[in-house]
Order: sequence, then C-alpha cells, then structure tokens
Amino acid sequence: MNKPKWNKDYKAPSSWDEMFFGSSNGVGILPTPNSGFRTLHPEIDSEACIKCMMCWIFCPEGCIDKSGEHLEVDMDYCKGCGICATECPKECIKMVKDGDSE
Amino acid sequence: MSKKAFLSANEAAAYGVKLSKPHVVSAYPITPQTTLVEKIADFLANGEADFKYMMVESEHSAMASALGASLMGARTFTASSSQGLLYMCEMLSYVSGSRNPIVMVDANRSIATPWNIFGDQRDAMAMRDSGWIMLFVESGQEALDTVIQAYKIAEDPEVMTPVMVNIDGFTLTHTYDMVEIPEQEEVDSFLPPYNTTNKMDMKNPKTLCQSVGPDFHTEGRYLQQKAFEAAKRKIVSVNDEYAKLTGRSYGGLIEEYRCDDAEVVLVATGSVAGTVRAVVDEMREAGKKVGLIKLRSFRPFPKEYFESVKDKFKAIGVIDKSISFGYDGTVFSEVKSAMYGSSAKMANYIVGLGGRDIPKKMLEDMYNKLFGMVSGKNEAEVQFLGMRWE
Repeated sequence: MNKPKWNKDYKAPSSWDEMFFGSSNGVGILPTPNSGFRTLHPEIDSEACIKCMMCWIFCPEGCIDKSGEHLEVDMDYCKGCGICATECPKECIKMVKDGDSE
Repeated sequence: MSKKAFLSANEAAAYGVKLSKPHVVSAYPITPQTTLVEKIADFLANGEADFKYMMVESEHSAMASALGASLMGARTFTASSSQGLLYMCEMLSYVSGSRNPIVMVDANRSIATPWNIFGDQRDAMAMRDSGWIMLFVESGQEALDTVIQAYKIAEDPEVMTPVMVNIDGFTLTHTYDMVEIPEQEEVDSFLPPYNTTNKMDMKNPKTLCQSVGPDFHTEGRYLQQKAFEAAKRKIVSVNDEYAKLTGRSYGGLIEEYRCDDAEVVLVATGSVAGTVRAVVDEMREAGKKVGLIKLRSFRPFPKEYFESVKDKFKAIGVIDKSISFGYDGTVFSEVKSAMYGSSAKMANYIVGLGGRDIPKKMLEDMYNKLFGMVSGKNEAEVQFLGMRWE
C-alpha cells in the first residue's frame, strides 16, 4: 500500500538542534504501528469475498488495500475498529484477537 | 514622501495591512472591528491592493483559514473583537503552537453578558495565555505603524510567534485623527517579503499540527517561552529601526513620559495613555511631579523594566480596563509581581468598563489618591472608580 511503512530506524530528536519546530515534523514517519491501539484485527475470507468494496469505503483509516488480487488490510494502520466486519454484506470478515490467528 | 489623511484607527490599521502586502486576509465582521475589514475590502475592490480575501462563516473559521494560509507560507491577516475573539480562542493556540506569524487586530470591546458593544480590554485580557504577542496602541497613527512592525516582529526567525495588535473599541477604532501614511517603497525597505521553511512544500513535505505527547511537549513550550524572550529584544529593535525610517518612536515595550524626576506615576495601556499625558502636563504645570508609564507590550511583559524601577517612584497606580474577577485588574497583578519587594505604594484603578468614559478629572483623582498614600493615607488596593453610588 502506498503509505509510509513502520520505520523501525526512526530516531526521535536527541538534542535542541534536532527538535522539531512548532508542531511540524517530517513526513513518512510511522514511529508506532496503529498507534498501539489494536486488540482485534480483521481477517478476510478471500474465497467468500465478492469484492463489493463496502469495507474499502467504510474503513475510517483507509487501510484496505485493493491493489492485489485479493483485498488485504494494512496492519501498520488498522486500529481494529471492526467497521469492515460490521459492514461486510457477505459476513466474510471476522475480527480475531491479535496474536490468536493461525 | 508620505502623505497625510484624516482616518479612524480602523482605517489607519487597514492602511498598515495594505502596506504590509499580505497574501491572504480572512475576516468575519463584528462591531467595532467591521470598518477595518471593510476598508481592507475597499482596497481590493478598488484595485489598490492584491491579495486573497476570504469571507468566512465565523471567527473560528477566520483564524482557522488564516492558519491554513500561513501554513502554506503566506503572509496573513485577520481581525476580530469581543465575542468573536472568544470564539476564535481555540484557534489562537493552534497558531501560536505551530509558530505561524499571523498578525491580527483586536478592536478591544467588552464581553457578554450583559451584551455591550463598547470598549474595554476584557476580551484581549481573557486571551492572555494564548501564546500571542500582545501590543496595545494609543492612536490611529500607532495602529498603522504597529501593524507594519508586528509583521517584522512576528516573522523574525527567532520569534516566529503571532501578534495581536489591540486597538481600543470606538475610542480609537471610530475616532478620526490626522494620520501619516508611509510610502509603499519605505515600508518595502523596512519589511521584506515573508520567507520561511516552516510551511507545506511539495519538495520538502511536512506533517503539520501533529500531536506531541508528554515525551516532547515540554521542550516545545520551552522554545515558545524563549521566542517571547527574543520578542522582547525584537520589539525594541524594530521600533528603533522604524523610528529611523519615519521619525516615529513608541518606545518599544514601554514608553516613559515625564518620569525622570516623577514621584508618582500611572501605568496605562491603550488609548487612555493619551488622556493621561494631558493630565500629566497639566499637573506638571501646577508643580506636581507626576509621570506616565505607557505599557505597549503586555505579552511579552516588560518584567525587567518594572524590576529596574521598583524603587524609583514613591507610588505607582495601574489603570485597568479589565478585571480578573476574584483577584486584581489584569495589568495590575502583572506590574505588582514584577515589582516584588518594591518600596513604592501601589494601587489599582478599575475604570472604563463597557465603554464608560475616563475623563481627565478621574485621572487627576488617581494621582491625588496616590499622593495621599505617599503621605500616609490608607486606601484600598483595588478600587472601582467613577461608580454611580458610593
């Protein structure tokens, strides 16, 4: 997906010279994936999915990736709200506790 | 050659804005600010100026859109008053925290309720901690000159802090006087175009108005405080530079008037300083050693100046057109704390609320009360003067 990846090499300012000005900072920085929010994540059953794109429309983070053959979720940005699962007319998205998937 | 014109302070400030060549002006009208933004619209309609004029649906949007334009590197102006300023309040700290050098005029007016369109300084004083530089002017001429100076102060790389130029509602905004309008070339030589790296730039993109947690928040606020220290120096040097250009000086942070051998002084902010001058002259004629300290910069507050004069005068009175309910007049509490340990008698006079007139007699009474305190008379520290009933 065309979003900045989790930058594990990101270094926070370590001196006054490196301190950001006002409330502006660089771009392409994702110091914490999904802001540490998520407890559940969506899993899409690609066999049952009809690509109606309801999840893509409703996802508040815009993190449903439609560029590949199957829809995928960018887990660096998904906060696990479950709106995609609620809106899916085929009920082929289930919310799984993080760490519990196969 | 500059030319002279008969202008209200609102119109004079509008000339200051025009001469500063902003890229964007956003505004929502409110009495007594309206004639200022109308005059700016006239300049645009007549083809005398070239900028984008954004008519917005509220004061909150006026400041929000000014911030948006400033974040793109534009020189930006807006103006408001009273309830409008209070409605803008949330955006004021957005602008100061993101270090965007917007200049605004506040046409000082009382705040509701009860509803009142007339002048006092309660609106501005309620915004004391918004992170804006706050300058108060005494005349239409000073309004024009201070708007131009404000851009130079705000946009200084060490300062990068927005400036609120305060003009007393009606007493100044709607009162006409002869005002000298500098030539555009003169102002251009004084105020270079705004050039900053603190902006959205497609070649060097930025996250704007990001969130910052406990880990870096203090450092950012410390830098804002440092910017205000730089502003203290800058307000003085900009005033001096402007004085060389035009011959008009306002003293920088404060102006002392006949204070050298004064025993008793009044501290005044805004238009009332003009009336105090006249009273000082009259009382000096009568041999009374009185003086005026005109406070031009409320934020940054000239703490060092007040420290330096803490044992210079026998008594100091502070005129406030605002009151911090439950404590003192807003300016008085600042003066008092800056003069901590002073041997001078101090008193606070709350006057001019909701546009009530401050006649010369009332100011003379203040000086006489202060002389009374010097000779041992006890007076309440904070007094509302000119009330209908004892």
